[in-house]
Amino acid sequence: MSQNLNLPAWLVWLFLALLAAFVVFGIISVKRSNGIKRSFFASPYAVWMILFTVVPVLLIGYYSLTDASGAFTLDNFKNFWDSNYSVNQLYAQMGPEYAVLIQRGTVNLGILLYSLWMAFLCTVICLALGYPAAYFMADRQLKLGSTLVVLFIIPMWMNFLLRTVAWMTLLEDQGLINTLLKSLGLHGAQLMYNDGAVLLGMVYNFLPFMVFPIYTSLTKMDGKLLEAAQDLGANHVHTFMRVTMPLSIPGIISGITMVFMPSVTTFFIPRILGGGNTMMFGDLIENRFLTEGNWNVGSALSLIMMVLILISLSILRKADPEGEGGGIV
Amino acid sequence: MSKFAKRAYLTLILFFLYVPIVVLIFQSFNAGKSRAKWEGFSFRWYAELFQDQAIMKALYVTLSIAVIAAVVATVLGTLAAIGIHAMRKRPQALMMTMTNLPMTMPDIVTGISLMILFTFTRIERGYVTMLLAHITFNTPYVILSVLPKLKQMNKHTYEAALDLGAPPSYALLHVILPEISPGVITGCLLAFTLSLDDFVISYFTTSPMVQNLSTLIYSKARIGIEPTLNALSALMFLALLALLMIVNHRAGKTAKA
Repeated sequence: MSQNLNLPAWLVWLFLALLAAFVVFGIISVKRSNGIKRSFFASPYAVWMILFTVVPVLLIGYYSLTDASGAFTLDNFKNFWDSNYSVNQLYAQMGPEYAVLIQRGTVNLGILLYSLWMAFLCTVICLALGYPAAYFMADRQLKLGSTLVVLFIIPMWMNFLLRTVAWMTLLEDQGLINTLLKSLGLHGAQLMYNDGAVLLGMVYNFLPFMVFPIYTSLTKMDGKLLEAAQDLGANHVHTFMRVTMPLSIPGIISGITMVFMPSVTTFFIPRILGGGNTMMFGDLIENRFLTEGNWNVGSALSLIMMVLILISLSILRKADPEGEGGGIV
Repeated sequence: MSKFAKRAYLTLILFFLYVPIVVLIFQSFNAGKSRAKWEGFSFRWYAELFQDQAIMKALYVTLSIAVIAAVVATVLGTLAAIGIHAMRKRPQALMMTMTNLPMTMPDIVTGISLMILFTFTRIERGYVTMLLAHITFNTPYVILSVLPKLKQMNKHTYEAALDLGAPPSYALLHVILPEISPGVITGCLLAFTLSLDDFVISYFTTSPMVQNLSTLIYSKARIGIEPTLNALSALMFLALLALLMIVNHRAGKTAKA
């Protein structure tokens, strides 16, 4: 970083590389078929993604499996399991009389479990609040759907950090809610700097990501199915449980994915609304990299995070094999 | 359930979503600096906004990166989508895996992996690295909004154009592009919005010398955010709202997000 590299020089190289790849792919595709193949249009993107996604991920893998000197080691992962690992190693070397001091540190694992728990709570709350919202939005009698979609999107145009900070104004000891409570003659409450505040911030930020996919899957549903169910004598509850709910499962699944994933790794919200009392896995990773400068342990933590997310995704995909849940758009 | 109850529920949810925004806009008109105390109406922060060098610079960085990243990602992504669509099954699956990878990766891992790349290759972090990062996370979104349009398209029109003697570039511009343009526009807008709102990836790929609005807000969040930033975001919010209304007015009733 200290090295002052001439920016344009490497940029030129980058674009030369992209151009060369484009030409090479072009020649190959012309030779293999008569005329230019369309698939060759994807070559600049392929090169771009290899440079800026595949190589960086491999670099994370490299750092997670090496120590500061670059030698192969599994210590970084052991460090995740036992956050006192390096100290414990030292005690072990110092002799048997120090063995009593060896104690497994559970900080990292604790933070991971806490993040998963918070993300789980956030997902459940979003689903509980978001499903009825999506269901009413898709209600054909209300005819509110498209207007409401826009109304749900508009808040997201306000910078999300500022919106989170705005909650501070509401929740503070001298904030609006407490002022209101006191003016009603009630006792104020400590609303900030606890799990509840962090959870509120998370639900606030991620709720639209639950509502949109469910709404999409509900509007895609054939209205005649509901009429058929009712003609066959099903009441409202029955129709909902047997027809509407099962058909909206793809939407629910992509909603869960889109809320759960960013919640586990969120790192701004706990810092602001939790006031540093709570640490989530995202904060931990950031801390290892930027505060401690320990890239090897940080990379191992990132890799663990990625693997966890890939596993949960593949479980969710099993529940929705056709992947028709759709996105936010 | 009655219509009234349904409406009431939706109103409550929307109230929850809009409360902080209303608070923000109120604060931007507050004469005092205090967050909670109302000291009278004033345009003071709006006037100070344009004098604030740091904010103006961050605004320039944010907007220019969002525009450039959206344009580059749209070109790169549209070409890629056309290419991927024409591929055989195996390479297609490979490309889709590569497209889905950054979308399933948590933002913080994407940001950190790019930070490692730039440090590893001794490239100083700053404006250009942030721009490269934004293009990288935007492009998959463009591809995913263009691909469905390509799938809907009639396969044979492109071949027919070639058979009739059109060079591939002509066929691409005059046959394929018009058909997929709604997807291209959606992708471009999505890329612009994502870039505008990104914090985590920018945070890891830039230096403290080059800040966008998000990283600027972050650096000030703990010491206290000046109402000037509220004023700025209120203005940006209104600008986007106006843009939406114009687009909506033009598009008639097709209010698809």
